[in-house]
Order: sequence, then C-alpha cells, then structure tokens
Amino acid sequence: MAATEIRITGLGGQGVILCGYIIGKAASIYNEQHATLTQSFGPEARGSACSAQVIVSDQRVLYPYVTAPQILVAMSNDGYKKYKDTLAAESILVYEKDLVKPEGGGDGVRMFGIPATRFAEELGRKIVLNIVMLGFFGAVTDLMPVEALRKAVETSVPAGTEELNLKAFDEGYEYGVKLLEESKAST
Amino acid sequence: MKADPQNVLTGAHYLDGNYAIAEGAIAAGCKFFAGYPITPSTEIAERVSRRFPLIGGIFVQMEDELASMAAILGASWGGKKSMSCTSGPGFSLMMENFGLGIMLETPCVLVNVQRGGPSTGLPTLPGQADMMQARWGSHGDYEVIALAPDSPQEGFELTIHAFNLSEKYRMPVLLMTDECVGHMTEKVIIPPPEEIELIERRYTDKKPGEAWPYQENELISPMLPVGEGYKFHITGLTHDYRGYPVINAEAQAENVDRLMAKVKENVDDLTWLEEKDVEDAEVVVVSYGISSRVVQPAIAKAREEGIKVGQIKMVTVWPFPEKRIRELAGKVKALIMVEMNYGQVYLEMDRCAAGRCETYICGHAGGTVHDPGSVYSTIKDAVK
Amino acid sequence: MSVETTKQVSDEHPMEHLLRMDRIPHIWCSTCGLGTTVRALAEALEQLEIDHDKVAVVSGIGCTGRVAGYLKLDSFHTTHGRAVPFAMGLHIARPDMKVIVFSGDGDLVSIGGNHFIHTARRNIDITVICVNNFIYAMTGGQVAPTTPIRARSKTTPYGNYETPFNIPLLAASSGAVYVARWTALHVRRMAMSFAEAISKRGFSLVEVIAPCSTLYARLNKLGTGLSLMKFYHDNSEIRHGADLNDIAIDYQSKIVVGKFLDVEKPTYLDALNHHNAGIFGDKYKPYGGGNGSD
Repeated sequence: MAATEIRITGLGGQGVILCGYIIGKAASIYNEQHATLTQSFGPEARGSACSAQVIVSDQRVLYPYVTAPQILVAMSNDGYKKYKDTLAAESILVYEKDLVKPEGGGDGVRMFGIPATRFAEELGRKIVLNIVMLGFFGAVTDLMPVEALRKAVETSVPAGTEELNLKAFDEGYEYGVKLLEESKAST
Repeated sequence: MKADPQNVLTGAHYLDGNYAIAEGAIAAGCKFFAGYPITPSTEIAERVSRRFPLIGGIFVQMEDELASMAAILGASWGGKKSMSCTSGPGFSLMMENFGLGIMLETPCVLVNVQRGGPSTGLPTLPGQADMMQARWGSHGDYEVIALAPDSPQEGFELTIHAFNLSEKYRMPVLLMTDECVGHMTEKVIIPPPEEIELIERRYTDKKPGEAWPYQENELISPMLPVGEGYKFHITGLTHDYRGYPVINAEAQAENVDRLMAKVKENVDDLTWLEEKDVEDAEVVVVSYGISSRVVQPAIAKAREEGIKVGQIKMVTVWPFPEKRIRELAGKVKALIMVEMNYGQVYLEMDRCAAGRCETYICGHAGGTVHDPGSVYSTIKDAVK
Repeated sequence: MSVETTKQVSDEHPMEHLLRMDRIPHIWCSTCGLGTTVRALAEALEQLEIDHDKVAVVSGIGCTGRVAGYLKLDSFHTTHGRAVPFAMGLHIARPDMKVIVFSGDGDLVSIGGNHFIHTARRNIDITVICVNNFIYAMTGGQVAPTTPIRARSKTTPYGNYETPFNIPLLAASSGAVYVARWTALHVRRMAMSFAEAISKRGFSLVEVIAPCSTLYARLNKLGTGLSLMKFYHDNSEIRHGADLNDIAIDYQSKIVVGKFLDVEKPTYLDALNHHNAGIFGDKYKPYGGGNGSD
C-alpha cells in the first residue's frame, strides 16, 4: 500500500492532536505499519484553527509533511475551508455534520458526516467528540482494522476515562457502519 | 554496565522526538536536569520533570540558560549524569559554560532542538543552522562531539550514545536535533534494560594525595570524586595536570592540545556513518538528521532513472568524517551536501574534497524540511 | 602548674592544612582584605569540627574568584558570575556536603545577580561569602554595582552616580535565611558568622567589606590599606538585627555591620521532599543523603 496522508483539523481544545496521535499509534503500534504524526505548533496553533497530520504507510515514512491528504477529518468549518483545496483526487472527507458545511463534492471526494458533538453530549461529555469522530473515521475508511484503533484509544486516553471513550468510539463506529450500509442499499 | 531497570520503559511507544530524547537520557541514568523553557525543546524538560520524582532524579527549572549549563557541570562533578536541552537563543547563552565544560573535562549532554535563526527567528519551525555554532560557538580552540538523530527512535538511541561518549571521553557531548524531529511522533522501541549498554564514569584508583584531576601523560584521565578527601582544584583557566592555573604559552599548548587530541586521535571511534549505494556512485548525497531522510525519495527517483547516486548519512557530524570524504572525493564526480542552512557543514565537505570532485550545497534558510524536488534537481545538476 | 611563655617563631602557617601551600605565594596585593577573609573561613572550618573532606568551595572570576585555588578543599574556579548555579548543581548532587561560594561583589551581584537572587529564592542550602571591595579589581579598577555614589573608578573618572546595591537587603528580600555583614577588620566576628552561615540550613550570605588599596583606595585618594582598616575601625557600627533598609553604604560614611537575619525556612530539598511525599506517598523516596552513586 502506498502512503496515506491524513489531515485532522479543528479548533484548539477539540482534541485534534490526540485524534492524530491515536490514528498514528493504532497504525504503528497495533497494526505493524509506519506512521508519522506532525502538528502545527505555536501561538497560531492555540485558540483557533489547529491541525494534525499523519502519514500511514507500509514502508518507513521519509518525507514527514502532508501535502495532499487522501483523508481530511474536519471538526470545524474554518479548518475545513482552510484545507479543502489541498484534498487529493478521490479522497475522503470525514466531517462533523453540525459544525462543518461541506461545499460540493468535486474531484470525486467522498463525504461522510456525523453529528459527533450531539453523540458526545448524549454521552455526557462533550470532550469525547474527537473519539466519536475517530470511531466514525474507523468505519468509513478502511485504513486499518478497527481493533487497532480501539486499542489505541484505550491506551491513549486519561486513566479512568477508558470506558467512556470506548463507548464514544463504538457509537461513532456503529454510526459509520450504518451509514455505509445505507449508502450501499441506496446504490 | 547495563541500564537500571527502574529507568527503562521497555516496549513499543508512540513518542515525539523530544519525549524520546528524555527517555533516552533517563535510560542512560541521567539524574540531574537543569533547563530553561524554550520552543521547540521544552517537551524534553516537561517529560523529565514528570518522570524524575519516582526514580530519584532532580529536575530544576533554572533562571536562564547560563545557569542551566553551569548547574549541570556542578552536578556532574557531584557524581550525577546530567543534561540540559535548549534551542538557538538558549544555545547561544550556554556556549559560555559549554566552554567551561570542555576546559574542566566534564561529562554531560546538551541537546539543541534547532529552529530557524538568527536571533528569535522561527521558534516553531525547523532549522539546522546552529551546526557551526555547535562546532565553534564557545571561544577558543577545542574539538566537539555532535550527533544528529533523524527520528524519535534515533533520538532515544543517540541520547544514550551521547551520554556514553561523554563519559568515555570525559567531555560535554552535543545532540543536534531540530524542530521537525523533536515534534514528530513515531514508533519508538525501547529495549529491555539488559540490552542497553552504558559506559559509566571512570574514577581514579589512586589514593587521595596521589591523584590529580588530569594525570600526567594521559589523554583521558579518570575523574576524582568530590567529598572523598582528594581536595582537588579545577579551573577554567589554562592549567597543568594538577588543575592549577599556569598562565603561559607552554601550558596553553599542553592543555589545549590535550583537549583537541582527545577527539582528534579518536576520530575513527567517533565517526558513525551510514552509507547506501556508495560503492558504484557517481554522485554522493551527504546529509544528517532529518535532512538525511527527506533526501531519500529524491535519491530513489534519480536511481530509477539510472543515475548512480549514493547516500551518506552522518550520525556523528562533529568530528567531521574527514578521511572518508577525502577518499570519496577521489572517486566520485560530485558530492552534494543537503542541510537546512546555506552551507555550514558543506564548508567542511568542500574543504575535504579539496577540488578533487565537484561539491554542491542544497540548502535553504530553514523553516521547513527540504522538498525532495530540490534535492533531485541538485542531483541532476551534478551529473550534467 | 606554672605557665611559661616562650616566644616561638614558626615557618608554618597555622592553617597550613587548609591551604594549598604549593600555590603560595598568592597573587593578591599586600594589604588586600582577601587574605584575612580566607583566614577567617579556615578558622570557621576549624571551629565547626566538620569533616573537611565534605566541604567544597566554588568561586567565580575576579580577585576573590581566586580563593578556590588557595583552599585545600575540593575547589572549583568556574566562570564569571556562574559560581552560584555551579554550586547549586554540586550541592544537589551531593547534599551531604557543605558547599561554599566564595566570590566578589561584581561576580555575585552584577554578572551573577540573577543567579544570586534566584538561588536565594529557592533557599538552596549553600553559603555565599561575598567580598565587597567596591570595585572591579582584577580588571584594573572599574565601577562595580557596589561602588558608592561619588566614588571614583577608572570608568567613573568623575565619580559614580549610580545607586549601588545593598547586598544584605538584596539577599534577604530574595529569600536568604541568614544574612550578615562584617569588614575585614572584624576577623573574629567574621569567622563566627562564617561558622554560623555554614551550619545554617538554607541560603546564607555573609558580606565582607574589604580594602582594595591598589585600586579603590588609590583612585579615591583614601590612603593605604591600613588607612582603610583604620576607617573601618572608626566608622563601623555593630547593629545586629538592623533594618536592612537602613544599611546601604554611602561613600566614606558609616558601615553598619552585624548579623541582620537568622530565620528558619524549608530548604529547596526540604520543600521538594515534603511536596513530593504529599503527592506520591510511599512511592516517593526522599531525595538526599546519597553520595552521588545511587
């Protein structure tokens, strides 16, 4: 498999970096792949838009920066707007349905939306929005077995919050599976 | 000696370069860390401050980098493996007592997570433009040892290596990494403690009254422990084997010659190069740290086109692998240095090539790693 | 028992065992206050009956910076201004040892001023002896952060107009637990203060006002070293516990000496151990007492 470039974008405090960290960890620690995570640092990365970039590959990642992602995970509209034009052809957009308003679907971008904030709120902790997104990401992309992602969630979240986070992950994942089934049924 | 199991987080981790460096230091037995926050190196200090309390280490956030460097020297003489980390502006301040460390022959490790300069420059973006400062940044004549990791994994391994070399050669050792490696997260395998070989400090076996801080006719003297009755004296002034100041040209020659000979006479031991496809190469790309990674796609593309390109990755940048570069200069058409500056280590390569082959610098002002395309173009230029 | 007094002449210095006799003669000018001060430290070390193997001296740069080179102890002559952080590293690595910083006013409160206040703030358990001769002597007599207003130096040829530091006030307000000041004339009291300061747990400071006849006295036409000592004799006022705001030194005016501060506060390592024990409980092994090999 060639390298897959992933960009996760959102607001500071949404857990964008952790999201990237978990994808990278899942690939490299639990799925015998190589994964390099980079992130934007500095004042420009705090507060408003922030992003994490992961490259997942079967070979060692040599060039560490993401240039044309095959997958864009968007948790804020600003982030989406900033990066939508960098998406490679035939790429996947994974977005938070209530926060991001995708424009069109040119270049055959496949788009998958989830009301992740609502899921997180229903679970009682808005903070797990990123983990709901991750579960959904696991379902609608076939980058790696879902178990690898799940394990990475379990070992990356703060001690004592594993159960809540895994629940958030599973809900996102199930929503994604259902969405895929529905779209298959309708085609 | 093997690493102490309590210090080693054996297993596969997903760590950024800075955390990996901290883990390397802890695995190497570092027990004193003095530092001052500076982007992009601060995560090393943060990790150490979190890990130290339960393993008997002391972390102190100092008032500045001048004090940080002085404190790690004091702690080293007190018997602790010690380190600090910083970036460009702090590195400038540390140069003062880095020189004292060289002069007193004090083992310790100093990490520079390079960012773009000069001055405050680019705090959050990478550079490799402190390489000549690493070589010559403190005043006076001396030799240094500097290593450059290309990944978090190497950050871990080379930090241990840096501690080992600092004990072996009784001098401060530099780990010259950069923002890209420092902030890049990848898999880091930490081996079991019994697979981590550590070089421990050599102390004198002579009795108090018979031993001096620098033995006569010995290139690398064993150290004297404090608090054991040796009542020794050491000074940043030019000194004799007794550690006593002697202010004349003869003493200066003897003192400085020894400091330099420690490294110069051991260049073969210190040189660590990783070579690929160099045997049949017409052109060799030389680089270090993160740059040695991003050149690889360009080299692969050129080789696919039938261009005979080889690669040398310098794990040790200082001392410069003079012998190997001279040898290659007699065989190849061109040597290309790829580094995130406008040609610092290139100057050494060009000097060693001595006109026997063409030399190229593929460099830029920093702020991002090389676009493999620019490396590829330089390769094409070189074979024209 | 009858007591017979015989006049003995000895070639041996009474403190020979604490001095590097192989480095004597020293580089200091005659009538310099440093010899007296070093002698007072030796006296204090004798009084204390502590193992001299466990005492280290750290100096910076300058005339006083050379002290480390003449004391037969583990001794470190470091860089200008950095004796204090070097000593701090040494102390933390070997908390079982007594670490004494012996340096000058320029070294400690000008170039090393930031380290001085922060090390006092942390209450690092070291003793700082600051010999204040009001001038940069090693470099030939330039203005110092302690030079009194109106005093001349080679870089204030028309007299100094900058307010000098009041070193005891600086130390105390930064967090020191023991602060005293003496002149080079008060040898006995100085030695006692040194002994107290060394025994004190925490950051202790003793300022010693010392004559520099070669530069300070000459540039200000104050006579010889002897004249300065005579001046100290006539113008020193012992005022223990004096308000530190009242003891700034003006040009050729009264010098208030004495023990100004002696309080108890947790040292840096006390605070560290107490705090970490509270956080980690039994998992935490108190730091200190090790010989550096642990």
